[in-house]
Amino acid sequence: MSDTVKIKVRGLKKSFGRKLVLDGVDLDVGVGESVVVIGGSGSGKSVMVKCILGLMEPDGGSIVIDGVETNALRTSERERVLQKFGMLFQGAALFDSLPVWENVAFGLIQGRGMERQHAKEIALGKLAAVGLGPEVGELRPAELSGGMQKRVALARAIAAEPEIIIFDEPTTGLDPIMADVINDLIIKCVHDLGATAISITHDMASTRKIADRVAMIYKGKIIWDGAVAAMEKSGNPFVDQFIHGRAEGPIQMEVRAL
Amino acid sequence: MEGFLDFLASIGRVVLGFLVATGRFALFAVTAVSHCVRPPIYPRLILKQVIDIGYYSLPVVGLTAIFTGMVLALQTHTGFSRFSAQGAVATVVLLSMTRELGPVIAALMVAGRIGAAIAAEIGTMRVTDQIDALTTLSTNPFKYLVAPRILAGVATLPVLVLVADVIGVFGGFIVSTYKLGFNAAGYIGQTADNLRSEDVISGLIKAAVFGFIVTMMGCYFGYHSRGGAQGVGAATTYAVVSASILVLLVDYMLTSVLF
Repeated sequence: MSDTVKIKVRGLKKSFGRKLVLDGVDLDVGVGESVVVIGGSGSGKSVMVKCILGLMEPDGGSIVIDGVETNALRTSERERVLQKFGMLFQGAALFDSLPVWENVAFGLIQGRGMERQHAKEIALGKLAAVGLGPEVGELRPAELSGGMQKRVALARAIAAEPEIIIFDEPTTGLDPIMADVINDLIIKCVHDLGATAISITHDMASTRKIADRVAMIYKGKIIWDGAVAAMEKSGNPFVDQFIHGRAEGPIQMEVRAL
Repeated sequence: MEGFLDFLASIGRVVLGFLVATGRFALFAVTAVSHCVRPPIYPRLILKQVIDIGYYSLPVVGLTAIFTGMVLALQTHTGFSRFSAQGAVATVVLLSMTRELGPVIAALMVAGRIGAAIAAEIGTMRVTDQIDALTTLSTNPFKYLVAPRILAGVATLPVLVLVADVIGVFGGFIVSTYKLGFNAAGYIGQTADNLRSEDVISGLIKAAVFGFIVTMMGCYFGYHSRGGAQGVGAATTYAVVSASILVLLVDYMLTSVLF
């Protein structure tokens, strides 16, 4: 892990009714580091990320970003912290009512008050960076394939050159070749920006490719945390079962969704 | 005894659920209104909503108003003939349209057309993470999604009601002159003589309140929708039903206060 901690999570707790989803998560992410959080469906990965972003209010614990405790921030302070983040959502979450270029430029125009024409030039540059031509900029998101939507979402996530990028299941629903293209783009974009990255996924091919470090979450806790090279020989039966996709083992899958 | 306690518990659950829902709606409404009056305001988004709510609702509101005015003239003539008071048709049509039917009919039509559309659009954005995406792009969803719709609703419905008033009265005029044998000049004269600004203004005040109710309900149920397509469908239904009931309830309350 990097010497300087960018994101520090301690004792993070979150419940929905009687269902305990996060049960004291501890996680450090260093500056410029790419951490992948793995875990089964319903294990709390997305909830943890939403708490870090402030989209959900945790029940307890601490989230420190660049030395600032974010749990008790006021709205304006929270918006300032959010400007450090870029986010790629699982389903891309592109705005249907806007053309592709405006989706990419959205954070620049609305969040930072940039002039539209200048923001459009930047957006087209970011689309080019993810392998999409300027003609795509005038299309609507509904006219794009799943892989292209993920690329546009990636362009949107990096448009404001954020310090931290979060990838929520970046390859889910894509064919293996397109998934690998997205993985390469993630590595390139994170490297070019020098950004810190947190990815959540259960795609092990993607994990092996984009991670510097891997943390496994199970029943609301981080049960293993180490370098990606050490993952194969972790000696942890939970990690072994998960990364090799075995039905038999200590992990009991949640049958009901959150 | 145990059955009685269960009965009390079930009543308690309903009351608590009602209080929680009321509190949640009140918080939503206060937050939404506070974002309507604080900058930044998005004029482009407000203009888009004005066109959606106002311009595209004109045909449905106009058609409803003209048929309402026509039926009103027929029914008033039938009823008032029993008392030899059919000469009051023009006045009754005018007062009914400006005070009551114009605002209520327009609000119910807009609730069906726009309340449903708002709930469906915002609900879809909620279940596809687009509202979370707005937040991560440093844009407040209340400011970007809710405030423009409410401001446009409050500003636009009075204009729609004004149009509905004129078309409704014209519908009454058509039936009265071509079917009931009224003299056109006499009908217009009687309408002009009985036209009071306070009747029209009270209708417009109602319209502004109804515009707030319809857009607020659409935004509220859309914003809190959960569970995919079924959740969005339910949010749309709740938005239209609750807006329609509230329009009629608030209409009675405003009528008690204004007249």
